[in-house]
Amino acid sequence: MNRFIWPLVLVLGLIVFLVMGLRHGDPRALPSPFIGKPAPEFELPTLKNPEVMIGTANFAGEYTLVNVWATWCVMCRAEHGFLMDLAASKSIPIYGLNWRDSRPDAIRWLGELGDPYIASAYDPQNRVGMDWGVYGAPETFLLDPEGTVVYKHLGPLDPAIWEREFLSRMQGVNQ
Amino acid sequence: MKRSIVALLAALLALPALAIDQGETFDDPDLQARYERLISEVRCLQCQNQSIKDSNVTLAADLRREIARMIEEGQTDAEIADFLVTRYGEFALYRPQMSGKTLMVWIAPFVLALIGLIGLVRVIRHRASLPIEDDAKEGTAE
Repeated sequence: MNRFIWPLVLVLGLIVFLVMGLRHGDPRALPSPFIGKPAPEFELPTLKNPEVMIGTANFAGEYTLVNVWATWCVMCRAEHGFLMDLAASKSIPIYGLNWRDSRPDAIRWLGELGDPYIASAYDPQNRVGMDWGVYGAPETFLLDPEGTVVYKHLGPLDPAIWEREFLSRMQGVNQ
Repeated sequence: MKRSIVALLAALLALPALAIDQGETFDDPDLQARYERLISEVRCLQCQNQSIKDSNVTLAADLRREIARMIEEGQTDAEIADFLVTRYGEFALYRPQMSGKTLMVWIAPFVLALIGLIGLVRVIRHRASLPIEDDAKEGTAE
């Protein structure tokens, strides 16, 4: 009997380990290497007006969301309603990073679905996207008042994720 | 007639090959070889079980272009690896750099091999100490 105990324990351990791996959630979601570090600086023309620049200099002072989006991104459409609600609640400023997209398409999309962003930076060449380690839209970065990256979420936002992953990381903000 | 049909079919079958964008080329064969080696060691984050050499998603093409640019600028392999790790994390490299965070990945195979070896030695020792049984009884033993 005794000789079966160890293999059994080993196999059970392995099963627990593998199940934990499976339940870890989206295997594509990697922790951003920028968490705890200052957001990489950038300055880009805004989507709606190429003469106006926008960048990290605009973000400091309060908690800020930077949402990476594109018109070709199906999941961006899925989270758009939530972003509109969040913008209407005025609980946090939301900036967009329009990623690998075309200006006319993106402007049309905001016209049709509404524009939750204070402004969107226009990055068709993936210059800033690469500096920020963006690898799939939608991605949402939470910056603290000092401009440090507190959290990055891969995939569409919804109220549950907002409460669990974002609000809980915003110290001193009314929940 | 038959031949031309076969040729046509063969050409059609080869069409997907056009979808592969091998990206940048260098005049210097050494740089080309370095480029090929580097892009085969970088994971495509959008399609995680492919290298950026094998993948034709847009992000992989961007990274190939960026790596080609850095090679042209004369940056070292270590500088290129740093560029990727600061942006995408250790996970982007198929051969992660040796550091506190990745130590586990590097030593785990040796630790597991050692555990296996110890187990093997123990089993062999145990078997060797068993009395030798009569050949005739084999099969009924246990």
